[in-house]
Amino acid sequence: MATADQNLTANDAAKKNLQSEQNIIGSAELDENTRQFLTFILAGEEYGVDILRVQEIKGWDAVTQVPNTPEYVRGVINLRGTIVPIIDLRIRFDMEQLEYGPTTVVIVLKVMSDDDSSRIMGIVVDGVSDVYNMKKDEIKPAPDFGDGVDSSFVNGLATVEDKMVIILDIDFMLNSAELAKVHKISDEE
Amino acid sequence: MTFDMSQFLATFYEESFEGLDIMETELLALDVGEADLETINTIFRAAHSIKGGSGTFGLDDVANFTHVMETLLDEMREGTRDVTQNAVNILLESVDVLREMLSTLQAEQELDNERIATVKKQLDDLLAGEPGEETISENPASNSSATAEVVTEPETKTQASGWVIDFKPHVDMLQTGNDPVRMIRELSVLGDITVTPDMSLLPDFLLMEPENSCLAWIITLEGDIDKSAIEEVFDWVEDECDLTISPMAATGNANQKEQIVEAEIISEIKDPEPSVTQEKIVTPAPVAETAPKPAEKASVKTEATAKKAKPKASSESSSIRVSIDKVDELINMVGELVITQSMLSQLGEDEEFGESQIEKLKNGLMQLERNTREMQENVMRIRMLPISFVFQRFPRLVHDLSGKLDKKIELKLSGESTELDKTVMEKIGDPLVHLVRNSLDHGIETPDVRLAAGKSETGEIHLNAYHEGGNIVIEITDDGAGLNLDKILTKAKSSGLVSENENLSEEDIADLIFRPGFSTADVVSDVSGRGVGMDVVRRNIRALGGTVDVKTTTGQGSVFTIRLPLTLAILDGQSVVVGDEVYIVPLVAIIESIQVDSNLINGITGQAEVYRLRDEYIPIVKLCDVFNVKPLNENMEDGLLVVVEAEGKKVALLVDDLLGQQQVVIKSLETNFKSIEGISGATILGDGTVALILDVSGLITISKKNAGGVKKTTTSVAA
Repeated sequence: MATADQNLTANDAAKKNLQSEQNIIGSAELDENTRQFLTFILAGEEYGVDILRVQEIKGWDAVTQVPNTPEYVRGVINLRGTIVPIIDLRIRFDMEQLEYGPTTVVIVLKVMSDDDSSRIMGIVVDGVSDVYNMKKDEIKPAPDFGDGVDSSFVNGLATVEDKMVIILDIDFMLNSAELAKVHKISDEE
Repeated sequence: MTFDMSQFLATFYEESFEGLDIMETELLALDVGEADLETINTIFRAAHSIKGGSGTFGLDDVANFTHVMETLLDEMREGTRDVTQNAVNILLESVDVLREMLSTLQAEQELDNERIATVKKQLDDLLAGEPGEETISENPASNSSATAEVVTEPETKTQASGWVIDFKPHVDMLQTGNDPVRMIRELSVLGDITVTPDMSLLPDFLLMEPENSCLAWIITLEGDIDKSAIEEVFDWVEDECDLTISPMAATGNANQKEQIVEAEIISEIKDPEPSVTQEKIVTPAPVAETAPKPAEKASVKTEATAKKAKPKASSESSSIRVSIDKVDELINMVGELVITQSMLSQLGEDEEFGESQIEKLKNGLMQLERNTREMQENVMRIRMLPISFVFQRFPRLVHDLSGKLDKKIELKLSGESTELDKTVMEKIGDPLVHLVRNSLDHGIETPDVRLAAGKSETGEIHLNAYHEGGNIVIEITDDGAGLNLDKILTKAKSSGLVSENENLSEEDIADLIFRPGFSTADVVSDVSGRGVGMDVVRRNIRALGGTVDVKTTTGQGSVFTIRLPLTLAILDGQSVVVGDEVYIVPLVAIIESIQVDSNLINGITGQAEVYRLRDEYIPIVKLCDVFNVKPLNENMEDGLLVVVEAEGKKVALLVDDLLGQQQVVIKSLETNFKSIEGISGATILGDGTVALILDVSGLITISKKNAGGVKKTTTSVAA
C-alpha cells in the first residue's frame, strides 16, 4: 500500500511539473472514470500514454550506445544520476527512420513490470501533441488487424475531436522480457 | 498519550539483537569457576534491557523468558550461585532462543513454543535444582525478591483474585523522570483499583521540596491479573522504590478492612469537585485523573496492538550506525564547501574579469576539488564498518564446534577495527564461516594426534584483517595438519579433474580444493566435507570482486587469504576510447597496455588472432567488433592493446586510444534496463555523459564464444 501511495505522489509531482512548465493541461474536472493521456506524434499518427506514467519530457540529446542490444535501443542517458535507456519508437514500430529535428523529444516514462517493480525508460518520438481527458468508455478495444499487424502494444483506440488516438500499453511495450525476446529474434536473423 | 509505539519497535529489535550479541560474547568470555563480576553485570544489563523493552512493547513471551534468565544472572551477580559450564551453556542456548523469538516476532510469525518451553524448563530446573535456592525464597527487602518470586510461585499467578501492592518510591524518584501517577494510572487499566496514600513521611508544608516524592501508596488491585503485568508497570522504577506485590489472599483480612476505607477515600477523590479535606494538596488532583481514564487508555492500547501488524516493511530496511566523529567531520567539510562556493560565486559577481581573477578562480577550483575529494572519501567512510561485526560471531562458532568435534581450539582475532563497506561485510560473512569451519574440521587435528605430532594440545585459529592498498585482506590461519597435497592430487585425478600425467605445482594442487565437487574429508560430517563449499566460497568472493587463495605447509597448517575491494560503489578505472565511445576498464584487471607491433600478431586458422607478448600467446579481442562500433583506426597498428586478466586467463583488448585513469562511481544498468554481456555497469563521466564499464571476465567468455564467429563479424565489417 505504502508504495502505491508513494507512486501516486511521485506521479502527482510529475503532473504538476508538466502543468507549470508546459502549461498543457486544461482545468477540466477529473473523476474516477476519467484519465488523462499525453499524446505524441509518430509519423503522422497520434499515440497516447497515461499521463500519470510520464516523468518528464526532454529534448533529444546524445546517448551512449549500448552494445549487443536491438537497434531500437538507442542507448542510455544520464538522467540526474540515473542511467536510463532510450528507445526509438519509430524503429520499434518498424517505421521509416527520420532525422532527429528540433521537435524530436524524449518522453521519460515509468514502466511497471509484472513483479510490481518499476523502471524508468525514455522513448524518442517526433513531437508532443496534447493532453486529453478521456472517459473509460471512450476508449474502444483495438480491432483485430489480422496477422500482418502486431497490435499487442495497443491498449485501445479513442476518438478525440474526430482524430483517432492510439492508446499504448507501455508496460507491455517496454517490458524487459519483451526487449529480450525481440533481441533474441534479431539475433537469429 | 496517543503515541505510536510502533515507530520504536524497529529500534527495539535492533538494540535487542545487539544486546544478544553482547550477551553471547560476554558469556563466552566468562571464566567458569571464577566469574568476573563486571562481565556478569554486562550480561545482566543486556538481559535487563531486553526484558524491559519487550515488556514495554507487550512482547510478553520474550519478557517472561528473559526474566528467568535475568533471575539466574542476578544470582550469579550476587555470588549466590556458581558459574558452571552447564549454566553458561544453557544461557547461551537461551540467547539463541531469544534471538529466534525476536526474529520470528519481527517477521510476525508464530513462535516455536515447544523449543521455548524446553529451554525455559532447563532454566527453571537450573534455578530450582542447584545451590543458591535459598535466595529464591522470600526476601522482601531486596529488590530482586520481586523478580525471584515469580519463578518460585507461578501457581499464584492464576489463583489470586487480586493483588496488594506496597509501593514506596524513593525520595528522588521524581527526579529521574518517573511519575507515580502515571504508574497508578497504568495499574488502573488492569483492574479495579483502590489507592491508599501513606502520608506519614510527608514533611511539614514549609519544609517540603516539590521535587521530592514523600508519599507511599498501598494499592489494591482486584481482578484476575497476571503478576508480570503489574511488574511491567514498575519496570522502570524497580531500583528506585521499595515494592512488594503480594496476592490479596495472603495479606489477609487486615487489608480487606482497609479496602473499605480506601474505597470511601477514592469515591471522594472521584468527585468532580474534590472536597479536599484531610488529604494534602499533593495527591488528590493527580489521582483523580486515574478514574475517568481506563476506557480511553484501553482504546489506546488496542490501537497499539492493531498497529503492530504494519511496521513490517520498515523493519526490513536496514540501517547503519555511524560514529558521531564521522558525522562531525562531514559537517565540517560541508562548511568548507560552502565557504569555497561563496568564494567562487563572489568571483563570478566581479564586473571585470582580469587575470588576477583567473588566478583566484583557479585557486578556488583547486580548493573545490580538494573539498569534493575529501567529501567523497568521508561519505564513503559512512558505509564502512569495522570487521569486528563479522568476527564477533566466530568465538561462539569455535566454542560450539570444538565441543562437537572434541578438539581443543583457541581462536585469536586481530585487526578487528579494520573497516570495510557494509555491503561487502554482509556478503563476506558466510564464506568466512565456511572457511573457519573448514579449518576447524579439516585443519586442526584432535588433541591426541597433535600431541603425537609434538604440537601443543590446543590448536590455534587466527583471524586477521588489514588494509593493503585499496583492498582489505582477511587471513584465516590454522596450525593444523595442512592440506594433504598427495591426497588432493589423487582425488583430483580419480575424479577426472586433472588428467593423469599433468604436472602441477604445489600451489596449483592446493588451488584444486576450490574446484566444484571437491572434498577430501574421509568422513562426511555435518560440519563440512560434502563437496560443496570451497567452490561456493570462491564464487561468492569473486562476486564481490575479490580473490581467495590458500597456502599450506604439510604438518604446520594452512593460510587462507581473502582479498576484497574496500567498496563496491567506486572503482578505479582506465578510460579507453573505441570509435566514438568511451569505456571504462577496471584498473585491477589491467596488466599492461602496449602499442601494437604487427609482427607479433598471428592468425589462427584465419579465425582468431593472438598476440605474442614476450613468451606468451594472448588472444586479441577487438572491442570494436564485440561492441559493433566503427573504430577510429583502420589499421590495428594504430591502436593500442590493453592486456587484461580475469580468472587466470589473459586477453588483449584492442582499443583506439587510452584516456586518463579515474575513480568512477558504479551505476547499475539493470535498475532501468537489463544486464548486458560484457558490461558490468555504467558510470557518469565529468561531462555528464554515460560511459559503460567493461566486465573483463564476461568479455573473455564472449571472445571464447566468438572464436568461431569472429570471421563472420570481420567479413561483415569489411562489407
